[in-house]
Amino acid sequence: MDQIISIKPLLAVLVSLLIIPMLISSSDKPNVREGWTFTAGIIKFLIVASMLPLVLQGKEIVLTLFEIAPGASIAFKVDGLGMLFALVASSLWIVTSMYSIGYMRTLKEHGQTRFASFFALALSATIGVAFSANLLTLYLFYEILSLATYPLVVHHQDKKSKISGRRYLTFILGTSVAFVLPAMLYCYHVTGTLEFTTAGIFAPGQMSKPALTVLLLMFVFGFAKAGIMPFHSWLPAAMVAPTPVSALLHAVAVVKVGVFSIVRVLTGIFGVDLLAQFNLGIIVATIAAITILLSSCIAMSQDELKRRLAFSTISQLSYIIFGVALLTPMGLLGGVIHIAMHAFGKITLFFCAGAIYVATGKKYISQMKGLGKTMPITFAAFFIGALGVIGLPPSGGFYSKWYLLIGTLESEYKFLMAILLVSSFLNAFYFLPIVYQGFFSKSDEEPSNKAETSGATTIKEAPLWCVVPLVITAIISVVLFFYPDIFVNLVKIGLGL
Amino acid sequence: MINTNYPAILVLSPLLAALMCSIFSWCAKKLCYPTAIISLGISLYASIEVLMQVMDTGTIQYRMAGWAPPMGIEYRIDLLNAIVLLLVISIALINLVASYQSVNQEIGKKSNTFYAIYLLFVTGLVGITATGDLFNLYVLLEITSLTSYAQIAMGDKDRGPLASLNYVFIGVIGASFYLLGVGYIYIMTGSLNMVDVASLLPSLHGSSAVLVAFIFCMLGIWIKMALFPLHVWLPNAYTYAPTVVSRILAPLMTKVMVYVMIRLMITVFGFEYLFEKLNLAEAVVWLATIAILAGAIMAMAQKDLKKMLTYIIVCEIGYMVGGAWLGNELGMTGAILHIVNDALMTFALFLALGNIVYKLKSVHFDNLKGLFGKMPWTMAGFVLGAFSIIGIPPTCGFFSKWYLILGAFEKGAYHFAGALIISSLLCAVLFFRIFEIGFFNNEHDEHNTITMSEAPVSMLIPLGLVSLSLIITGLYSSSIVNKIILPFLQ
Repeated sequence: MDQIISIKPLLAVLVSLLIIPMLISSSDKPNVREGWTFTAGIIKFLIVASMLPLVLQGKEIVLTLFEIAPGASIAFKVDGLGMLFALVASSLWIVTSMYSIGYMRTLKEHGQTRFASFFALALSATIGVAFSANLLTLYLFYEILSLATYPLVVHHQDKKSKISGRRYLTFILGTSVAFVLPAMLYCYHVTGTLEFTTAGIFAPGQMSKPALTVLLLMFVFGFAKAGIMPFHSWLPAAMVAPTPVSALLHAVAVVKVGVFSIVRVLTGIFGVDLLAQFNLGIIVATIAAITILLSSCIAMSQDELKRRLAFSTISQLSYIIFGVALLTPMGLLGGVIHIAMHAFGKITLFFCAGAIYVATGKKYISQMKGLGKTMPITFAAFFIGALGVIGLPPSGGFYSKWYLLIGTLESEYKFLMAILLVSSFLNAFYFLPIVYQGFFSKSDEEPSNKAETSGATTIKEAPLWCVVPLVITAIISVVLFFYPDIFVNLVKIGLGL
Repeated sequence: MINTNYPAILVLSPLLAALMCSIFSWCAKKLCYPTAIISLGISLYASIEVLMQVMDTGTIQYRMAGWAPPMGIEYRIDLLNAIVLLLVISIALINLVASYQSVNQEIGKKSNTFYAIYLLFVTGLVGITATGDLFNLYVLLEITSLTSYAQIAMGDKDRGPLASLNYVFIGVIGASFYLLGVGYIYIMTGSLNMVDVASLLPSLHGSSAVLVAFIFCMLGIWIKMALFPLHVWLPNAYTYAPTVVSRILAPLMTKVMVYVMIRLMITVFGFEYLFEKLNLAEAVVWLATIAILAGAIMAMAQKDLKKMLTYIIVCEIGYMVGGAWLGNELGMTGAILHIVNDALMTFALFLALGNIVYKLKSVHFDNLKGLFGKMPWTMAGFVLGAFSIIGIPPTCGFFSKWYLILGAFEKGAYHFAGALIISSLLCAVLFFRIFEIGFFNNEHDEHNTITMSEAPVSMLIPLGLVSLSLIITGLYSSSIVNKIILPFLQ
């Protein structure tokens, strides 16, 4: 494959890092500070997008920074998969920055400069993971991301966030040090390389099946950001963070970094062929399937909207792992494009949850009856986002579910299709009633005065800074239904399908 | 001619300056501090020159006063001690710059005599590192120890002298063990020069006297470096010493002792003797494993930041001893790299700690509330040091762990690899506990009342430099390994 050496991947990572001193120096001028964030966001997106044509031509953009040991370096490689993830993350950062302004200012949150700085750092790390050329670089950015998001999760600095922060770190940092680090070093010890290649790094017959299985499980559970059960409970806990964090980081960046890392390890370290040869895919697929079903069931019982969304995220993340673990071309395709499709749908849902909270202070689903009449735009966007997550047209989510279903039919284990169908049904069951009750139920609350009940309900949306972003993401979600080609092609190029 | 005298300048510059300082402390008090700074600056320059020379032309052999070995004392500087020398002197110099205010605050009137003792202490450390003579090493070891007893006793009024006395007793035992060992070697070989001894020893490998010599030497050094369970003197001594003293003792004293151990293992006794004739290696790696876990667990029980850090030193000693005794190239690489890395990260942490002590007086956990708001820059340095101890890439701590764990895998010492991983996790708990205390408040609305009160700039800049050096040495660790450690081991 053609390789082009370019400094662009490094710039894409650094741009949000270099902005941090500016953010800190303009901490008493909020508008200037937000201006810097937007500048960084747009530059980052443009740098990423400028590499897109080359990647679509099938070329790889590479850059080696530091040689740590033979076969292990800090290096970047932009390929189809990395490009897909980087595009999603960098474009959504711009939208989320907009949303943050509306959310944080309306609620008069403290420490907004700290918030913006760590957010920028988290985005640097995310792009770093997307463009990692080998497992060592990926691990480096993975850890930076874990640490950069901790101050965001505990932003409120109260007792509740302290406890959640502890859980967050224990699961995310703990598993990566306890499982991924030794597994990575063991791979290096055996093979002398950590480079991602489609053929995998293990020579035939180098590893026995039990050893491979243990390594595989260490990676799958070690990248706990992917939320595979039983290492999932950090995600609902992390919902104490301000909603922009939940939206971008805990629906897109952080969790997808976990999934992306697992996908990279499955396709780049083990290699699809090796996994198929030892029949290891089904182990991962089973673990993912259990997570899908259990977390969907738990989601139904949650009354706090953000928690319900969190459990929905856990189940959707496992779709991606599930698809890749099927090891069939369509399964891989469906799994990986779900990284993008789910991102736009789920971020819309989180934006809506935040907008409802900003406008009305309501967090619980049971309080939201009839709210669609006062917040029609928000609830319409919620509906579209929900369609995307369930996988119904007209939303991009339809394609990932479609390919996943075909993927199960291609594999030896056709009954796995049932899991997808049951889960889609569950998804619909826990999302659509919210929309239905929002539009068609009467509010339980006592009408405060008569004028309001007799007259037409007044429309009272969240501030414009909150509403515009969620409209944008909802629209993108629909557009992806009609034009999914870019993402589909990127995955095909990235995985050589 | 000037070029060839650098090894002597290294040692003589602080030694003469120490004498000058003690004179100045009577007549010209203001000159003490500048003299100390200048002499260490000269030493630093010499150590850089020495490192360059060694990298260009190989080992430097310097005969003190021109006497030929084995009769005369030879300073023998190869890649290993060249890098340790640079480390020792630069840390000693930076510490002195960073600690000017804290010396005045804590030691007060005695500060002028203190500089003399400090310089003598540095002379000792530099000498230990540079010398190629076993007995000369003992003499310098005693200089270092005596000066550190004095320095520790200048600390906490109530407990400093007692901690120091404790250290004297145990330190003397350690030194005597080492001296006994050297005595046996002298009886057997008739020589005290390391290279000379090394050439004479192979024919005596079967001798039980050599075995006794070896064990005495190792025990002595292990006591001095505080390898668990011989560590009991360390936490109190380091905790109750004045800040400026613990700032140099913590990163350097134990690391120089690890250097001595590695020097004896490689240069004097040789790998063949250690790993083929003796069956000790496995037991020592187990001991190191226990040291790592015990150090981390004991650190967990502390309620005082300084004391917690001293137990982390005990834990880190296990890393280096274990790595050295794995008996393969990777393990030894990791151990040597960790001498550099651990010195830097411990130094960064103690610099940050010194700043906190300077402002808050006590570093008991209760006092640390809201610290991120009060001292954001100091805490930023502290966080980097902590990440390095935990082993988060790209800080240097990660990369020495990388080699140590790979070495353990190669040897099949999975318990050692496991201990390294567990200690990473325990250190994460230890440090995030501090971060939590510093970041959260008991009452939510209190965070508005915290006002910034940072340490002076002269204390912050050294901290900033050292903590950034953690990332830089991390990213360039392959250069250190490829240009210094691997050529040395081959």
